[in-house]
Amino acid sequence: MAKSATPRTAKPSPASASPAAAGAKDLSPETVADDEAAFALRSLQSALANNTRYDASDAEMLKFYEQMVLIRRFEEKAGQLYGLGLIGGFCHLYIGQEAVAVGLQSALSEGHDSVITGYRDHGHMLAYGIDPKLIMAELTGRSAGISRGKGGSMHMFSTEHKFFGGHGIVGAQVPLGTGLAFGHKYRGDGGVCLAYFGDGAANQGQVYEAFNMAALWKLPIIFVIENNGYAMGTSVKRGSAETHFYRRGTGFRIPGMDVNGMDVLEVRQAAEVALAYVRAGNGPVLMEMTTYRYRGHSMSDPAKYRSREEVQEMRDKHDAIEAAKQDLLKRGVSEDRIKEIDKRIRQIVAEAADFAESSAEPALAELYTDVLVETY
Amino acid sequence: MAIELKMPALSPTMEEGTLAKWLVKPGDAVKSGDIIAEIETDKATMEFEAVDEGVMGALMVAEGTEGVKVGTVIATIQGDNEPAAPVAEPAATAEVEPAISHAPVPSAPAQVPSAPAAAATSQSNPVVPAGTAMTSNTVREALRDAMAEEMRADDRIFVMGEEVAEYQGAYKVTQGLLEEFGPRRVIDTPITEYGFAGIGAGAAMGGLRPIVEFMTFNFALQAIDHIINSAAKTNYMSGGQMRCPIVFRGPNGAASRVGAQHSQNFAPWYASVPGLIVIAPYDAADAKGLLKAAIRSEDPVIFLENELVYGRSFDVPQIEDWVLPIGKARIVRPGHDVTIVTYSIGVGLALEAAAILAGEGIEAEIVDLRTLRPLDKAAVLESLARTNRMVVVEEGFPVCSIASEIIAVAMEEGFDDLDAPVLRVCNEDVPLPYAANLERAALINAARIIAAVKKVCYR
Repeated sequence: MAKSATPRTAKPSPASASPAAAGAKDLSPETVADDEAAFALRSLQSALANNTRYDASDAEMLKFYEQMVLIRRFEEKAGQLYGLGLIGGFCHLYIGQEAVAVGLQSALSEGHDSVITGYRDHGHMLAYGIDPKLIMAELTGRSAGISRGKGGSMHMFSTEHKFFGGHGIVGAQVPLGTGLAFGHKYRGDGGVCLAYFGDGAANQGQVYEAFNMAALWKLPIIFVIENNGYAMGTSVKRGSAETHFYRRGTGFRIPGMDVNGMDVLEVRQAAEVALAYVRAGNGPVLMEMTTYRYRGHSMSDPAKYRSREEVQEMRDKHDAIEAAKQDLLKRGVSEDRIKEIDKRIRQIVAEAADFAESSAEPALAELYTDVLVETY
Repeated sequence: MAIELKMPALSPTMEEGTLAKWLVKPGDAVKSGDIIAEIETDKATMEFEAVDEGVMGALMVAEGTEGVKVGTVIATIQGDNEPAAPVAEPAATAEVEPAISHAPVPSAPAQVPSAPAAAATSQSNPVVPAGTAMTSNTVREALRDAMAEEMRADDRIFVMGEEVAEYQGAYKVTQGLLEEFGPRRVIDTPITEYGFAGIGAGAAMGGLRPIVEFMTFNFALQAIDHIINSAAKTNYMSGGQMRCPIVFRGPNGAASRVGAQHSQNFAPWYASVPGLIVIAPYDAADAKGLLKAAIRSEDPVIFLENELVYGRSFDVPQIEDWVLPIGKARIVRPGHDVTIVTYSIGVGLALEAAAILAGEGIEAEIVDLRTLRPLDKAAVLESLARTNRMVVVEEGFPVCSIASEIIAVAMEEGFDDLDAPVLRVCNEDVPLPYAANLERAALINAARIIAAVKKVCYR
């Protein structure tokens, strides 16, 4: 502590000395507020349990399917281009987790609500309607890329879409997202921030600093933990004392939701419940999305920390895209129509790859641009 | 149409690998995600997945083959009834470029355009018309006035930090702001530097203009990741799309008897980072004019104050909108025998030394850097050209310091003007001790500056 006059100890607050312990039927305002808060911690989960799946129209379901297929095909193509040396450095693929970004972001108002994530960011951008060509060209480091080739796989942004990146330091996007939410509240624009992070990032200290302030100031933010089971090569059980990540906000009175992230309709329904709560001014929500990445952590990860059978089981039995396809068929959507979508997506991805390969590299003068905005 | 499967690069550094094992044979149907081979890279054994659907054609590289170059065709797939989308056949491009496409390093260094030259020295201060009334203000008051004036003009600006609101500032720099602007814009944070530095940076990315106060910059070490990795790099990494206009401010450097963890000058740390502006003013007029400029800047600014200087009073021009240019040094005292380059609290010590030296017939010119990044090299070199001798004074560690940088500039760009080696006067290269006598011995003072000046003047 610096030599300023007071020590860094908090004043004991009268509210924190709860009289609840004194009697079972204490109805003082503090106790009632405590009970309400305790109820709220469970209320969203209960709301979701009552109705776990979003009642999507055929058009919406087709759109979800299309977006998920776009992400998968895009990521497969990115993996292929990496293998050919056209994409360098670190490249983290979203294959397997598509339902999370699509289910959640379909509930947002694009260009109004803000989205922020870590380095596994291609899928979230595609789910927010950002042009696949600009994303792929960024992956190949070309001047037509969304960051003009200066960011790469981990650092992409679209302020127009209110997609704020694209951050490479594990967990950093959580306070940054809380800052975006602070901005929504400060301006009173009614917007919400969706901040994604992984089960690995959930163990970073700064996440809890952000939880505290988000709850303290009732900021409009949904914290989304994409629990894909592995923090790089460390399984959740080996890295986390509390493996039920949706409970991690309890100490900050942030209600949690436990969501099947492999079901786009459950994800979307959870988004509806959470958004209603957050938009009403109640402060943050924490969601745990149970999901799975089929590929390694990054392109150079052999993924020896899990069995081939485990991966195959997820692909065969829990794949969100396959489930969505079955749902469409059940609704009477023809196989041909689905094939038509698949074909169109392949075309879009092929065009994005062509564009990304044929675009020019940045001019050398770009080396010195954008270091600072102004000239001094 | 057959799709060629090529030996993939499976790590950023892989150039060749071993085809360890085929998991399919010709005629097998494969679909996207099926694992078709195991490949040993320089780091690990990786699984190679099919991306396209179809039937395996020929396997062109036998199991166990070592040293298979990346890009070699290892097998073919016959596309199924679905016409293989014009699979971006990367062949042409791939051949032009090295298979492992590292960043396109220009082959001839001569082609690299040089960094834009610094703008020629311009007026380092706005002209203060003769007869302008002056007010005597403490540095503390000047900083507060700068924030208040800017906040009145722009609702996007807010102040956050520990004890900035109800307590009125741990060092009273934010005194009165809560009363004028209310709790929406003057925000007490919990003790959580990493968290609120990140929230500030995020708010700036989202369009606000945060002023984040660190109670001292010692505590900003908890938050340095957001300063460096989030704030400083955003504009560049986004190709100029996303900005982070934020001011991180607070006291920096040694205070008095507060021990090693609370007595450090972080100026050289931040000044080494491209993407940041670093300002360290000395007097009240500069504190006010530069803080206003920092708040208006579109770039992230580190604004380093000094606790020992907060209470000192200086004249501040009574001018409606007193804003100073960032990146411009100032000649605090003209002289012709030697140049003393310094900043922050060092300016006061240099002035003290110069007054004594004048009594001994040595006229020192004092250059107050004021902004440490970008550095006003022109002002330093122009003064050196006049005096031919230089001493750098810095209240901070000597190693890898601002002083080191100024000396390098003098060597690289002012060598012909030097009549003596440049000397630095910095703190001792030890953690700052608590005992009064040891602390005194560790810190710079006027006597050391005088000794160094005499040495470079061969007196």
